[in-house]
Order: sequence, then C-alpha cells, then structure tokens
Amino acid sequence: MNAPVTPPKLYDCRDAFAATLERLASDNESIVAVCNDSVGSSKLGGFKSKFPDRLVNVGIAEQNMVGVGAGLANGGRLPYICGASPFLTGRSLEQIKADISYSNANVKLVGISSGMAYGELGPTHHSIEDFAWTRVLPNLPVIAPCDRIETAAAVEWAASYNGPCFLRLSRVGVPDLLPEGHKFELGKANLLRGGTDVTLIANGTLTHRVLKAADVLAERGISARVLNMATVRPIDENAIIAAAKETGAIVTAEEHSIFGGLGSAVAEVVVDNAPVPMKRLGVPGVYAPTGSAEFLLDEFGMAPTAIADAAVALIKRK
Amino acid sequence: MEPSELERVARQIRLRDLQAVYEAGAGHIGGEMSVIDLLTALYFRVLRVWPDQPKHPDRDRFVLSKGHTACALYVALAKRGFIPEEEISTFLKPHSRLNGHPNCNKVPGVETNTGPLGHGLPVAVGMAKAAKLSGARYHTYVITGDGEMQEGSNWEAIMAAYQFRLDNLTLIIDHNRFQQGASLSDTNDLAPLRPKLEAFGWEVSEINGNDMHAIVPALEHRGDRPHCIVAHTNKGHGISFMQDRVDWHHKVPSKEQYETALAELSEAL
Repeated sequence: MNAPVTPPKLYDCRDAFAATLERLASDNESIVAVCNDSVGSSKLGGFKSKFPDRLVNVGIAEQNMVGVGAGLANGGRLPYICGASPFLTGRSLEQIKADISYSNANVKLVGISSGMAYGELGPTHHSIEDFAWTRVLPNLPVIAPCDRIETAAAVEWAASYNGPCFLRLSRVGVPDLLPEGHKFELGKANLLRGGTDVTLIANGTLTHRVLKAADVLAERGISARVLNMATVRPIDENAIIAAAKETGAIVTAEEHSIFGGLGSAVAEVVVDNAPVPMKRLGVPGVYAPTGSAEFLLDEFGMAPTAIADAAVALIKRK
Repeated sequence: MEPSELERVARQIRLRDLQAVYEAGAGHIGGEMSVIDLLTALYFRVLRVWPDQPKHPDRDRFVLSKGHTACALYVALAKRGFIPEEEISTFLKPHSRLNGHPNCNKVPGVETNTGPLGHGLPVAVGMAKAAKLSGARYHTYVITGDGEMQEGSNWEAIMAAYQFRLDNLTLIIDHNRFQQGASLSDTNDLAPLRPKLEAFGWEVSEINGNDMHAIVPALEHRGDRPHCIVAHTNKGHGISFMQDRVDWHHKVPSKEQYETALAELSEAL
C-alpha cells in the first residue's frame, strides 16, 4: 500500500511580492508603489500602512498610471507599477512602448493576476496576450516567476536593475519549487530536473505542472529534462540549444496564448540554432470558456498527464 | 532676458526652423511656428536648466508633448547650448539623433520620448509628483497641442494632477485651433478649454501665446493648484501665407514659398 500523499502547501506569489517590496522600501526611500485602484488585488495594503505617502493611486486610469510611473522615475523615484495584467499591459501598451521601453525609464511593471487567474470573469479579464505584447519591446525584460521564492528574488533583483522590466505574477497558489535563498539571474533558466529523452520548459504557474508531468513520464520510463524559464526576454538561448541538441525534443507549456509567448520564444531559438520537434502547449488562439484557472489549464491540455502524453507523442517524431 | 530680446530670439528660431524643414524636405512647420514663442520664453527666461549638466537633479522639467514639432525644440536646445547649433542641419538625416520626434536617451535636454499624442501630460504629472515625494524644488512644464487634448489620457492626468495638488505643474495648451487634417471645430471641438479645466479643479490663464509680454508672466505664475495656460496661438505664425491654414500642418514650402517666408522672417529680425 502506498504511503498517503500530503499535497504540498500552496502560496500566493502576490504575498511574496508585497512582503519583498515592503522590505525593500524600508531601506530605499525612493521606492514608490503606483496602482490603479488595485491596493487590495495588488496586496499593497501593508505598503500603504507603512508608507502612506509613497503609495500613488491614480484611480482607474491605466494610461495615466504608466505615464506617471515614467515621470516618477525621471524625478528620481523608483516606481513599481502594479495592476491587473490584462489592463496594465493591454490598456496602456503604447505608454509602455513610448514612455517606458523606448525612453528606457527605470520603472518596474508588475502585472498581477496574469494568465487565467481571473478565469471565471471571462476573456476580457484573461491575460494571455501579455507575454506577446511586452516581449516584442526592446529594453524590457519579461519575467514570470514560478513560485514565491523566485517572485521575491525577482522583485529584489528588479530594484537593483537599472532599467525597466515587466514582472508577470499570478494569484493562483503554487508550491515552493526553488530553494530558499535562490537568487534571480536575468535570462538564466533553472535546471529543475535532468533528463535525456525530452525537455519540458515552462514558467509561472506551469512549472510545477511540468514537474509533475516529468514524474508521469518517469513512471513510463521516459527521462524528461525540466527547465524553469522565468525570463522570456532575454531568453536563455544556451539552455534551449543544449536542450534541443541533448534531448532532441522540446515541449513548452504556458498560461498564455501559444502565439507570441514562451513557446514562440523557445521556437525562435530552436529553429535558428538546432531544429528539433517541438510542441507548444497553451491557449490555442481561442477565447476561453468560463471556469477556474486550474480548470482552464486542464481544459487546454495542460494537466500533468496531458503534458506527459504530448511529450510521448512528440518523442515519436524525433 | 526681457520680452523684446525674447522676441528677437524667437524670430531667429523661426528662421532656423524654416531652413531646417525646407532643407530636410519634411517637418511640421505650422505647429512649430505656433509654439516657438512659448519654447523661447521657457528656454531663455523661465526654465532653470544647466546645458552642461542636462540631468542635473534640480533642473526644471519640460516636456514637449506635441513631439511632432521636435524641430523647433531642437533649434531652441541648440541655441541654449544643449547641442551644437550646426547639428540642426542633420535634422531627419540617416542616423541623426534629431529624428522627427524627440528622444530623451539621445538628445540632451529632452526629458521623455514623445510622438504619440496624449503621453506628455501623464509623464509630467509623474515628474511633478516625484518632486512632491522627494521635496525637490523643480517645476514641471508641459506643452500639448489643442487637438492632442482629444486624447483621453490627458483627462486622466488632469484628474490626477488636481487630486495630487500639483502646484508645481504648468500645462500649456498650444491653442492654434487646427489639428492635422481639419480645424478643431470640425472634428471634436474642445473649445472653450478654460471651463473644462476649471471644472477639474485647475487654475486657468488665457493668453495670447504669440505675445511675449503675456507669455512670460503666465509661465512665471505660481498658485496653489496645477496651472493651465490656454495659449491662443496661430498655426504658421510669422509667415503670412501659412498663418491659420490647416494645410501647413506638415507641408514643405516650395522654393518660391521658402524665399518669401525667409524674407518675411528676416525682415522681422
């Protein structure tokens, strides 16, 4: 009889974001939080209590929010602009382009509740285009941490990085995956598991799902490498090329459209450097039905067993 | 610099702008002529800036939100010593840093990239708010076009500026009554601007934006609220056949027109 399995504790990465920002702000008085009536959803209540003057709430006005962030940076402040990712990125995309990326303003964009986090609220609130929209912009690192440890590390890294970046966070609970004390390194994938038959690449809420898929594959006698690819831009080309050459097949999984996101970014490197069979899992160019984030990820073929099945099918094409 | 001297500098800037647009074969000459008096008063009287230290933390901030009139800004920046005057002849040339819209990472004295309309005022609100947070004493100025005020982002920023009590922010609306393709009154007429800004809590001055004696005191005014100057100007100001003509938004003068304009501006010098 198998030992009883205790499900791992799940953490909301927004808590790690908020705790880290408050800690950083205690030491660095230039840090300000900018939000669009999103104090609660961005978990900025503690920040507001501790630093009431440094919480800039512009109301429901995302274009102005991003412009104000650029101006705050010009005036020597270090703004973290927090808002629901579909509206932060989509509503103010041109401001992100002209005022932040093209101007190279030292502003940290924090997209909360990205992916399918607002699953039940419908496609207007799903943020499955934000990788595509931001990844195309120069000067703008795009980062999707996989757990609370990587979230905290990325928020801390952002404060010391002299330039803009986009942090893509969910609100769906994820287990701890990386070791305590992990340091975020821009553009570096983390090898979470060695393997030789296929490589699974994911970030954000999908990393723990592909790790489970690797377990399923191991039970089927297949050795899967697992890469956590938090940085979508600049992407870790060396890790991708090595994965292509050493395992001969790559599956990507993301809480995003399969167009323009992580899978596309990996495919660009693969096709230019080491063409091998690939499968991109994600939202296949449709508007999603209603349902929770977890339901929708399963619905779109990203349950661990489905990811494993996709890997098995892919290996046959090698 | 006194108003009479400022008028002389403004005419010199007009002349150089005309030459640059004619030589480059492109530009936005109508809106440049309307805004040059305001730019001159800012750079040669009002702004506390150090051309040899363009990023000095105490500098006053200026944002040209109507970025398509970059050429006029470049000429003013050159005359003020931020960039070499001879560089104006590279305007729009391959690899010139003086492209059709100002770039803050390439051109000293430019604070933020502009071009798409409705961006400058939100950024200026952030600059003014930053000064409030840090205790810095600099003042922030931004010039928008009147047609540009049709962009909703400006009204988001207008709300925020009053909410944040930004008495260190001055918005100047270059009210020349024309946008790219039509007069304002034929598209989405915002006039009169004053009551709309006042309704949002701003202090509003209304001036002749081509008269230095009106411009200088308006720019130097300080109150307890964000201040908007509705500057009534003329598109193509200073050149008889361009004045108040919508077709001079981005038309380039023919050789004959250029010589006529040159003569009119030179005569005024």
